[in-house]
Amino acid sequence: MMKRSTLWIGCAAQLLLTLASAHAQTGSPAKGQMIFESRCVACHNLDTNRVGPALGTVVGRVAGKAPDYLYSPALGAAAHVWSRDKLLAWLTNPESLVPGQAMGYRVDMPEDRQDVVAYLASLPRKTTSK
Amino acid sequence: MKSVVQTLVSPTSIASRRAFMGRTGKLSAVAVAMLAGKDALAQGMGGDMAKDVSILNVALGLEHEAINAYQLGAGSGLLQKPVLDVAVRFQADHKAHRDALIATIQKMGGTPVMEKKLDDYAKALKADTLRNQGDVLDLAARLELGAINAYLGVIPAFGSKDLAKVAGRLAADETLHFTVLTNALGRPLPAGALSFGA
Repeated sequence: MMKRSTLWIGCAAQLLLTLASAHAQTGSPAKGQMIFESRCVACHNLDTNRVGPALGTVVGRVAGKAPDYLYSPALGAAAHVWSRDKLLAWLTNPESLVPGQAMGYRVDMPEDRQDVVAYLASLPRKTTSK
Repeated sequence: MKSVVQTLVSPTSIASRRAFMGRTGKLSAVAVAMLAGKDALAQGMGGDMAKDVSILNVALGLEHEAINAYQLGAGSGLLQKPVLDVAVRFQADHKAHRDALIATIQKMGGTPVMEKKLDDYAKALKADTLRNQGDVLDLAARLELGAINAYLGVIPAFGSKDLAKVAGRLAADETLHFTVLTNALGRPLPAGALSFGA
């Protein structure tokens, strides 16, 4: 009986670790949408430029190149592509990734960053025009 | 929504609002003085100053947008009194924020970001999709919530503690706006504590 309980607890722990690891790697688009709509929306829309550039097609886009948006010189000169890892690095510390950029905001919690990036990556391309 | 709005402008409420407006009017003046009058602010910030100016300019962009969002709402014909009066009142707060931020940026040797044309804000905010008073209030509430979280979120990024405090005060004003708008929309209060700035 004891062995069976121990085995069960071990399996449950392994499952939790696996789920946590999966979340860390992929994030939750639904949670990311909630975070986007309560925080990022201060400056960003998905399909129009506001204080910040439109983000609907940011995944896979070359940094600093959203049409019709006036970037800081630093970000305008950037040449990297917004991959998942680059976006995670940006949300962790924008200044570290692109010194001289203009966004003073960070997403503190790693899980929240994963969720936001998962949301942005989940968006259909047709939702964005810019 | 109507009953909530009527509550907002009950005689008692009007009196308290006048008192409140008087107080916030003074606060705005104090804020301007605090922001623009601190020579020490423009000294001793070293390499952080350019970054602080950059953050302030993003904040100024938010205030420009908020002023124009309320202008679009007020000019839409969708807001009836007394909601219209409240919107104009909140717009005045954002104008005070704008003036304080411009003064501070200039004091620090920076160049304040310029306001865009009203049509540009209308396009960016999709003003053509606003159909009724609730739509306008919903847009305002979303912008105010975003501003709260933005101001709280940039506090750690400021090199100057004085500016960090100012960001907190700006967030407090936006929280007041958001709370009133949420009430007017008949929406529940946030479910728990520490819901802002997470």
